[in-house]
Amino acid sequence: MTDFLIDLGLSRGLAVLIAKTLGVFALATIGLVWTIFLIWIERKVAARFQDRVGPNRAGPFGLVQSFADAIKIILKEDIMHRGVDRWVFNIAPLLSVMAVLMLWVVIPWTPTLVGVDLSVGVVYVIAAGAISAIAILMAGWGSNNKFALLGAFRAVAQLISYEVPTVLALLVPVVLAGSMSLQGIVREQHVMYALAAPLTVLIFIIASMAELGRAPFDILEAESELVAGYQVEYSGFKFGLFYVGEFLHAYTVGLTMAVFFLGGWRGPFVDDLPALGAVYLFLKSFIGYFIVLWIRMTVPRVRVDQMLDLGWKFLVPLSLLNLVVVALVWKIYPGTDSIDSFSEAIGPSLVLLVVNILMILGVGAVLREQGRRERERIEAKQRALELGAEPVSDVAPAGAGR
Amino acid sequence: MELTVESLVFLLFSLITLGGGLLVVTTRNLFHGALFLMLSLFGVAGLFALLTAPFLAGIQVVVYIGAIAILIIFAIMLTPQVTATRPSNNQWIAALVVAVVLFALLASIVTPLMDELGVEGWGASFTETDPPPVPEDSIADLGAAFVDPQRFMLPFEVASILLMAALVGAVMMVRPSREDDEAPAPVEAAEVAEPAPPRADAVEPVLVESQE
Amino acid sequence: MTVNEWVFVGLFLALAWLLPATPIFLAKFLAPKRPNPIKQQPYECGIETIGDTWVQFRAQYYIYALVFLLFDVEVVFLFPWALAYNKLGLFALFEVIVFIVLLIVALLYTWRKRALTWAS
Repeated sequence: MTDFLIDLGLSRGLAVLIAKTLGVFALATIGLVWTIFLIWIERKVAARFQDRVGPNRAGPFGLVQSFADAIKIILKEDIMHRGVDRWVFNIAPLLSVMAVLMLWVVIPWTPTLVGVDLSVGVVYVIAAGAISAIAILMAGWGSNNKFALLGAFRAVAQLISYEVPTVLALLVPVVLAGSMSLQGIVREQHVMYALAAPLTVLIFIIASMAELGRAPFDILEAESELVAGYQVEYSGFKFGLFYVGEFLHAYTVGLTMAVFFLGGWRGPFVDDLPALGAVYLFLKSFIGYFIVLWIRMTVPRVRVDQMLDLGWKFLVPLSLLNLVVVALVWKIYPGTDSIDSFSEAIGPSLVLLVVNILMILGVGAVLREQGRRERERIEAKQRALELGAEPVSDVAPAGAGR
Repeated sequence: MELTVESLVFLLFSLITLGGGLLVVTTRNLFHGALFLMLSLFGVAGLFALLTAPFLAGIQVVVYIGAIAILIIFAIMLTPQVTATRPSNNQWIAALVVAVVLFALLASIVTPLMDELGVEGWGASFTETDPPPVPEDSIADLGAAFVDPQRFMLPFEVASILLMAALVGAVMMVRPSREDDEAPAPVEAAEVAEPAPPRADAVEPVLVESQE
Repeated sequence: MTVNEWVFVGLFLALAWLLPATPIFLAKFLAPKRPNPIKQQPYECGIETIGDTWVQFRAQYYIYALVFLLFDVEVVFLFPWALAYNKLGLFALFEVIVFIVLLIVALLYTWRKRALTWAS
């Protein structure tokens, strides 16, 4: 594109500027339009998990369904009740979508194509999470509704509790690659970091699902709990924007996981045909996305205090430990400060893999021990209850027969 | 003063920063004040980006906007009946004087430094034709400096102690240590109650109307 | 003309703002507007709102935000270290372990003091 413009007679700088601007515009549009297909994909996959078919009336295989929904939602009335704080109320959904879309500009699509290769890409990714927290607070406050406000506080508490493990998990690729730019991390990933640091991937997936507000952490949209949480007063396309933001965020998590842990655009023949990189990235992103959907459709919801405990008391210490152990092993293994090829990278990666597996087993053992102790405690309590209730045994509790 | 794109962007971000700051102190609504603070901090992040300090720009957003501003909002929410509070300052003239004095003080400190740094002073143009280049690996250098005993290792570890002290202090304030470590301090705000059961007279009129 | 890369980030952010705003703007013309007194009330599962819309807030949220702030700042310190890690010696790791351990101690203290429990 740049060369084409230069041939037209423009100076180099101006050509780059125009090409980049068009690229940015295309990226933003593609990101938003892609969400429509994403909603279709999610509904179909969710349906299959639940042993049904999903939308199949509107258009072939229900493809037109999302378009129809989008058009419908624009035509809905935008109800804003008396007390809403207009500016705050209106900005919140836009900020929510911006917080997700801004991630798309730093993702490296091919070895040569990246929106903006920021040297501090990882910090930028974290900033996106911070901004979505702000958007939620604005939504809750702007709605002038007790439930929305409560929902917003809980949502922000959830987000900030899981932001620390996410960041610590993202620090591991930074350590392994020695670079904070996403393109740099992909370039250094001669062996997938998922192979070298599977525990980190696990932490990242769990923490990201909590950041997304997806099951099992979807206490925020649990209709039986806080109605629709902080989105309760939104209608029409503004609500649609929250919806768009959520789905796009889920996919973007898949993309980020692919970039950081699955090797991004890496794959066979990418050096000869750079455009293949985008295809590989696309396919890899679906791995992460599918895992998110899979867990969402399978696992029941966690209680809010369980969720916060999981974040602070389990994931934060675990992610810190993980970072230290990975860094230690990486430093002890000789030659890791300059890795240029697959063959050089495979050695330390396998060693790290073994260490990670040991850690996972160790954590599993600790959790099993905790679970066993908890079960014994509850059973002891149950037995005490039964013994205490014997004199009135004709109204014995339901579990007494055991 | 040349008008290049860079100087325009600088003006824009300066306006955002200063304007945001001004709005923080003049707005009547506490929550809006917090939001304007975020705007102002975002302006600072933009200024960092202009100065080719991308790490600082990113950290500004992550820490200041993403953590401190949220903390401030939560602290605002701890104030009872925040919507009823209309902050007003009867001493604004004195405050203005203090602000001007503070500015004069800072200016007097910074101005002699300008010669040392090679900046032309208050009349400097926005676009230097030959700015000193920012080293490529300045962040990595910072990282190395943190762990170098000759450089910043001690402040690095002391920072950790400072953070620990801050957290311990905060926890102590909310839950002062007692013998049995039981009930939380009376300082803690009341738990959010279930929505108040509707008063009978509030509900009745609605029911009566719908039956008409 | 060399342009700071952040310009494109800024441009992208502006677009990320404007593009979603367009349908909202469209909706202003296309969507019906029929306010009535019932719709004008805040939603509370059908019950009328009583009292000011503002709920007394639990200090627990503040503790979570504070712990988050601390760990966020800690992570800020860890970033340059992680970036430079490959060029540093093993000693650097031990220093950072000291750094992290101090903060874990703070977390453990908060945990033991029951400041990390949701229900007080």
